[in-house]
Amino acid sequence: MQFGLSESQEFLKDSARKFFAGECPSAQMRRLMETDTAYDAALWSKLTDQGYTGIIFPEAYGGVGLGKVELMLLMEEAGRALLPGPFFATVVLAGSVLDSVCSPAHKQKYLAPICGGEARSTVAILESNASWNPRDIQLNAANGKLTGEKYFVSDAAIADFIIVVARNGVFVVNAKAPGLKISPMIAMDLTRKLYVVEFNNTPAEEIGAITGLARAFDVATAALSAELVGGMQRTLDITVEYAKTRKQFGKPIGTFQAVQHQCADMYLETESSRSAVYYAGWALEENSPDAAIAVSIAKMYASDAARTVGNRGIQIHGGMGFTWENDVHLYYRRAKGSETAFGDATFHRERIASMVIDAGGVAAKSA
Amino acid sequence: MDLNLTSEELQFRDELRSWLASNVPKDWNEWREKPIEESFPYLRAWQRKLQEGRWAAVSWPKEYAGRSATLMQQALFWEEMARVEAPPMANSLGLGLIGPTIIAYGTEAQKQRYIPKILSAEEIWCQGFSEPNAGSDLAGLQTQAVLHGDHYVVNGQKVWTSYGWVGDWCELVVRTDATAAKHKGLTVVLVDMKSPGVEVRPLRQMTGESEFNELFFRDVRVPAENVLGKVNDGWNVAMSTLMYERGSYGARLHLIFKRYITRLIELARNIQRNGRPAAQDPIIRQKLAQCSAEIEIMRFNQMRAFSRLTATGVPGPEGSIQKIFWSELNQRLQQIAQEILGSYGQLLAGDPRAIDNGMWSYAYLRTRGNTIEAGTSEVQRNIIGHFVLGLPRSY
Ligand SMILES: Cc1cc2nc3c(=O)[nH]c(=O)nc-3n(C[C@H](O)[C@H](O)[C@H](O)COP(=O)(O)OP(=O)(O)OC[C@H]3O[C@@H](n4cnc5c(N)ncnc54)[C@H](O)[C@@H]3O)c2cc1C
Ligand SMILES: Cc1cc2nc3c(=O)[nH]c(=O)nc-3n(C[C@H](O)[C@H](O)[C@H](O)COP(=O)(O)OP(=O)(O)OC[C@H]3O[C@@H](n4cnc5c(N)ncnc54)[C@H](O)[C@@H]3O)c2cc1C
Repeated sequence: MQFGLSESQEFLKDSARKFFAGECPSAQMRRLMETDTAYDAALWSKLTDQGYTGIIFPEAYGGVGLGKVELMLLMEEAGRALLPGPFFATVVLAGSVLDSVCSPAHKQKYLAPICGGEARSTVAILESNASWNPRDIQLNAANGKLTGEKYFVSDAAIADFIIVVARNGVFVVNAKAPGLKISPMIAMDLTRKLYVVEFNNTPAEEIGAITGLARAFDVATAALSAELVGGMQRTLDITVEYAKTRKQFGKPIGTFQAVQHQCADMYLETESSRSAVYYAGWALEENSPDAAIAVSIAKMYASDAARTVGNRGIQIHGGMGFTWENDVHLYYRRAKGSETAFGDATFHRERIASMVIDAGGVAAKSA
Repeated sequence: MDLNLTSEELQFRDELRSWLASNVPKDWNEWREKPIEESFPYLRAWQRKLQEGRWAAVSWPKEYAGRSATLMQQALFWEEMARVEAPPMANSLGLGLIGPTIIAYGTEAQKQRYIPKILSAEEIWCQGFSEPNAGSDLAGLQTQAVLHGDHYVVNGQKVWTSYGWVGDWCELVVRTDATAAKHKGLTVVLVDMKSPGVEVRPLRQMTGESEFNELFFRDVRVPAENVLGKVNDGWNVAMSTLMYERGSYGARLHLIFKRYITRLIELARNIQRNGRPAAQDPIIRQKLAQCSAEIEIMRFNQMRAFSRLTATGVPGPEGSIQKIFWSELNQRLQQIAQEILGSYGQLLAGDPRAIDNGMWSYAYLRTRGNTIEAGTSEVQRNIIGHFVLGLPRSY
């Protein structure tokens, strides 16, 4: 058993870190978040050149065919850089949904252009009740048309096509389709824009059944947790650096245990989230029977930890932590959006409870 | 990353499984609730049996009757032991902490003299570190050893010494140079607890038992050849013992905690809360789920740390995460147990209405010690702050 990264995994993580540091430093991230869509075509084509847009997808569709652990590592580094724009929506979410629900012909049509960097996409799931329970979805397709609305759809304005989850199937709606209206929701996270998507007798192409979604959503949920880990790591790094250099009462504030112990807790919370995320990635990759519970463990823990790490990071920065110019609040805002996406900690605790209490328990794989 | 067991690991586990299947005592349940003074001969016999199968000290090198087990194999060892609910071994400090320190720092003669009897449980060891005025600040200890020809004369007091009441030998940290800086004047000596001048007094703890003792040393003669490592290098020797202590606990706890939570879920199905089983109460469900998840995360952390250590060799400061995690998790777990058991949670062993014969009330009290023993949570956070994150020392 080897719960460390392999040489090639280390290499991928390292090069992703360098790539994001070079191509998406804080100044670039801040520039993009001030734009309407936070999308940058030049950055996207560089992401494509790295193979990131096809990272986990089959080579037959222009993907790279790497595993879920590799996806976790990439998302961790994207999270560390607070990568703005539709990467999660397009590659992780839409890509995974296409990969698990649709036919080879549909994959050729929709997944291949994602891998190739030609298309942006997203998945419309939530409705006005904002429930992550699939049973609460109301939208129904009739005669190949959709009428209704979806909320909290990330990056919809930049999508070339939108994947829509309805009660009776998974559909694709072209961005130029008649009766489609996309309007922004004004939310905390400035780097990942949210929208209301309305359909009025809008033509939609059915690409698969909703039964295939659980697996894709598990991959997306784990990847989002990985992104949270990267954000926590960055918050910890910035904060520790500040605690070493900021002096009050003649000493670096990191000398005071009230500060130091909070840093220690940030470290514990970050590392524990990382362990849970790597395990979830591995369990998904291996199709382990405990994959679903492993994903919930990761999302539950990382959702709470990211918020706590952010709280501590801002507090330790004192007045500086409360300023716009300090990056910590940008990570904190992203963490809030990601905390609720795909179910917050409370949602996942109930999901864990239903697995370990009601179903008698599929415990995590024991050696 | 590959969490499947390698063929060597599988072979190790299967060999152990089949050995345990035919050797683990069937009557441990009749003994486990008895006072440890009564069950101690039973635990010695169990350790001897393990030693005969070469399972008593799997982490030790082969030449000292170990199996040179990797960290992962050690983790498997404790998982298997917990799975079959094997009794603990009598000489747990000797096997887990002090033996490895002797193997690392001892002379050939010392290894020949002490190691076999640690393994056979013929000689039980205790750890004489803490003093009334030196707990967290171990380096401030005052027990003194003065060289007189071929022996040291030891005077002082130790406290909270686990196994002191049954200890034959003690790994004792003493001050040999009062003029040097506090970390520089310490030496570790191996002390025969039957030496004249050693007095052992029971120390009753908040659970009501006397797991540990106070030790008094009055003009105790210790042969100079009993110094472990170099004179005045005792700090490093003692630290290596503490690293084994922090690194070793977690592995055996995963299944123990899992057994707790499984039992608790079972109880929650049968205890009524607001007109329905507690297991259907949304708040109780949230807490049980949180705890189940953290028990798994504790293990993931451990496995990651083991993989890292396998590369570097010795346990390092990241052991502090494990120590904080398991000790504080155990307290949260027992808190949830109390919430589920309600009024019954307070009943002690002996009351016929006590659930699980008072196991939960005992555990609730006992876990208070978890964040103190083997280095307090505050000290662990200092270690992370300074040694892992590189923050300036706070003192
Ligand atoms: C919303 C807001 C409004 C404000 N309004 C005003 C105003 O009107 N007028 C004004 O003059 N100021 C104002 N301030 C400034 C405020 O008083 C300071 O931010 C605050 O006193 C902290 O000082 P600092 O920012 O320099 O942080 P620092 O003193 O650098 O503290 C950084 C971190 O170190 C910790 N720390 C520092 N010293 C110790 C110690 N000895 N022991 C333990 N921990 C320590 C702090 O608790 C904090 O977590 C305002 C700040 C905010 C956020
Ligand atoms: C169940 C149990 C078994 C034990 N077994 C043994 C044994 O076998 N052998 C042995 O030698 N010892 C043993 N001990 C003793 C144990 O190692 C000490 O209790 C522990 O190291 C703390 O020391 P102390 O009790 O003197 O507390 P103190 O060091 O006095 O600490 C008191 C409080 O102050 C805090 N504190 C102290 N220093 C700092 C600091 N620098 N920064 C922040 N906070 C600080 C502590 O965290 C604690 O909360 C055992 C203890 C227990 C509870």
